Amino acid sequence: MNPLEVVPAGLDGAAFWLPLVFVCLMGLSMLLYVILDGYDLGVGIWLHQAEPAQRDRMIASIGPFWDANETWLVLGVGLLLVAFPLAHGVILGALYLPVALMLAGLILRGVAFDFRAKVKPEKKARWDLAFHAGSLLASLAQGTMLGQLITGFDASPAGLLFSVFIGLGLAAGYALLGASWLILKTEGALQLRALRWARLSAWGTGAGIAAVSIATPMVSPAIFAKWFSLPQFFALLPIPLASLAMFVLLQVFLSRLKVDAGSGNANGLRRWAWGPFACSVSLFVLAFFGLAYSLFPYLVPDRITIWNAAAAPESLMVMLAGALLVLPAILGYTAFAYRVFRGKASDLHYG
Amino acid sequence: MDDPLLLARIQFAANITFHILFPTLSIALGWALLFFRVRYTRTRDERWMSLYRFWVKIFALCFALGVVSGITMSFQFGTNWPGFMTTVGNIAGPLLAYEVLTAFFLEATFLSIMLFGMNRVSERVHTLATALVCFGTTLSAFWILVLNSWMQTPVGFEMRDGVAHATDWLAILSNPSLPYRLLHMLIASALTVAFLIAGLSAYRLLRRDAGGDVKLGLKVGVYAAAVLIPIQIAVGDLHGLNTLHHQPAKVAAMEGLWDSTAGAPAVLFAVPDEAARRNRFEIAIPKLASLYLVHDANGVVKGLKDFEQHPRMTPVFWAFRVMVGVGLLMFAVSWLAAWWLRRGAVPRWLLKGLVAMSFSGWFAVVAGWYVTEIGRQPWLVTGVLTAADAASSVPAPMIAMSLAMYLSLYVVLTVAFVSAIFHLARKGTPPAHGEAAVPLAGALS
Ligand code: HDD
Ligand code: HEM
Ligand code: HEM
Repeated sequence: MNPLEVVPAGLDGAAFWLPLVFVCLMGLSMLLYVILDGYDLGVGIWLHQAEPAQRDRMIASIGPFWDANETWLVLGVGLLLVAFPLAHGVILGALYLPVALMLAGLILRGVAFDFRAKVKPEKKARWDLAFHAGSLLASLAQGTMLGQLITGFDASPAGLLFSVFIGLGLAAGYALLGASWLILKTEGALQLRALRWARLSAWGTGAGIAAVSIATPMVSPAIFAKWFSLPQFFALLPIPLASLAMFVLLQVFLSRLKVDAGSGNANGLRRWAWGPFACSVSLFVLAFFGLAYSLFPYLVPDRITIWNAAAAPESLMVMLAGALLVLPAILGYTAFAYRVFRGKASDLHYG
Repeated sequence: MDDPLLLARIQFAANITFHILFPTLSIALGWALLFFRVRYTRTRDERWMSLYRFWVKIFALCFALGVVSGITMSFQFGTNWPGFMTTVGNIAGPLLAYEVLTAFFLEATFLSIMLFGMNRVSERVHTLATALVCFGTTLSAFWILVLNSWMQTPVGFEMRDGVAHATDWLAILSNPSLPYRLLHMLIASALTVAFLIAGLSAYRLLRRDAGGDVKLGLKVGVYAAAVLIPIQIAVGDLHGLNTLHHQPAKVAAMEGLWDSTAGAPAVLFAVPDEAARRNRFEIAIPKLASLYLVHDANGVVKGLKDFEQHPRMTPVFWAFRVMVGVGLLMFAVSWLAAWWLRRGAVPRWLLKGLVAMSFSGWFAVVAGWYVTEIGRQPWLVTGVLTAADAASSVPAPMIAMSLAMYLSLYVVLTVAFVSAIFHLARKGTPPAHGEAAVPLAGALS
């Protein structure tokens, strides 16, 4: 199906291209959110597998970043809210419960992170648990929301099962990002553990992506038509093939690092520690493009397109001017912060 | 409890009430930290560094709570008030977007350098990062207050097919109630922080904590409060006059005035009876309200009965009295404490009073916002959109369930926050190096 067929008649000029620009901006911030908060949620998911002494280091590895990471969610949802006000109400109204659960999860983990260092020592374990449970809850809820969106808010048992399955898949994906982040940012026993975690969650992620790729066209005939008609099928083939290649490469990196760790090859460990993280991020980017292609130009499948839902062009213009001016600055100082905190994580203290 | 509108309102009120607690602290606490930081750079007096080290922990906690509760807020518009964005989204949208783009990223990113980067960047870059965080928090307050003030006193737009379209952004950005609200809110934040600093320092002093920052903190808190509170009362008065001009029904509800009266009395105490539309047990000072509202002892003040649409009087009336009551109490306590401080020592009973006032700012802030928001009823955007028209069709049980979850989370977290900061206060600061015993008087000179 040609997406341009669904453009409402008589739309041209700014009313046509502004929604396109904004859906790209929104997609970009959602993608950045999923990757960035994905790794710190993932670290939270693994927190309970680590020894208490290692937990401080795990948290120190995400301490300087998590707040800015979550701001991409605020921007993504904010852009949905302000650029597509008509879809925002429909989507968030339909996802009311998973949204509430996700928020509860994000609240718990965001504050647990800070409280655990400031309460009496005997209460620390309790906040660790809150951090772990909150991270897991938020990940599952986000995946479930995605599943519900893909199915057009199908609340039948099959639709819910599909959504919960995507929830598990996304949680596995975050766990993979988190473990790869730890491989990058830590050393010694913890890094070794993270290697094992990455191996485990890689299989979960792979299974999740494969299942979603097979199931999504099956729940939506429109999406099926988009992928499995000629010549699109061949044009799109690189996406699944590249995903497969990334998955294999990830396994290669993990085995190689394991060998290095076993033989005490510190040099190799240092040189290739970024590999798993790069592969996991690439997997997420590829999955994102596949999904974006499936959904576009709809915000709610088969119901609301970006053009039906967009705010008035003059308001979008005002926001675009601000976004173009400010986004480069944001990217610039984000890079600066990552540079300041580059290298292996060390214990955090104020000052 | 099966009315979705009522539940959605309670839920929104609960979420924003929880949210505002933490920005109120972090806006001014950030500036206070910058002040401590700069004082240390200038004087190399370790006490300033200990003050910084102690309060930066509390700042980090406030900030985290502010961020997570703020994320909840940004979902609220869609989940609870879809009609809000469809009607006024063309104006609210860009304002919220600018807040995220210009303020949230700035504060969230430089926060990490401020909190954890002191040994990784130069002193100058660290001070700059701290200043940028402060600038960011204040900028968030600016953007969100532009939006809120526009909802109170909307200008610079026209309605086309039932949807608001911006016609004059400059007018929106300088809408009539904004200057008063922004100033009053920023000073409120500073007062809240001043009393918290004074209160915790008094607490540590009572526990004989010998940290060099304790007495200094007490002085900073008390003197800042004593200077700010008269200004706040004056600004509040001007704010009220502005409200009288634009939202007279709100002022009638605040003043407890049912009938339009020449020479209206200032009602000190009363129990408004919404059904009979009159006050019971009224204690009032004749003619005073006319004097301070219209600057003429016999001037006419319009009563609530003369408005076709008006808010319920009881919550507005009481919330206003809580705010003003706390304000007057703040005045008395801070001036008393300042007077004793100048004489060299503060008596124990007054220190205990300061401890009791640690969170007084929160009560005044929340009460003030209840005046503002409930006083706007039944409108969501004055004259444009009512709350009922903006409500979502989410079924009541779903709202009730999530409301119960949020409420229990908020109670737990507020209790945890308060007990964590008292725990930090009991631990005190690690002793700083090279600290001389300084007599209390003159320590600030
Ligand atoms: C420390 C906090 C604090 C203190 C001591 C006061 N206020 Fe206040 N007040 C606020 C904190 C606040 C606030 C929470 O920040 C509000 C809510 C909206 C706003 O702009 O400020 C507010 C609102 C508010 C309004 C509502 C205006 C409107 O929204 O239409 C009025 C008329 C006043 N104040 C007046 C006063 C007076 C006469 C005070 C004298 C004691 C006073 N305030 C003390
Ligand atoms: C500055 C941004 C704010 C915006 C955009 C905003 C907007 C709204 C909206 C949409 C409602 C729901 C409609 C209604 O019931 O009237 C509302 C109600 C309310 N808000 Fe705000 N608000 C803001 C700030 C605050 C703050 C800081 C507080 C308090 C701490 C507050 C307290 C309340 C309360 C108590 C209600 C319920 C009023 C009622 O039930 O009658 N608001 N506000
Ligand atoms: C309905 C209205 C509101 C919404 C949607 C909202 C949204 C948010 C969000 C999403 C954040 C987190 C930012 C981040 O990720 O770093 C935040 C933080 C913040 N908000 Fe709000 N907010 C509202 C009302 C207010 C009000 C009334 C004020 C103050 C006057 C305020 C001041 C702040 C400040 C200073 C922060 C920075 C974090 C902190 O200091 O704790 N907000 N808000």
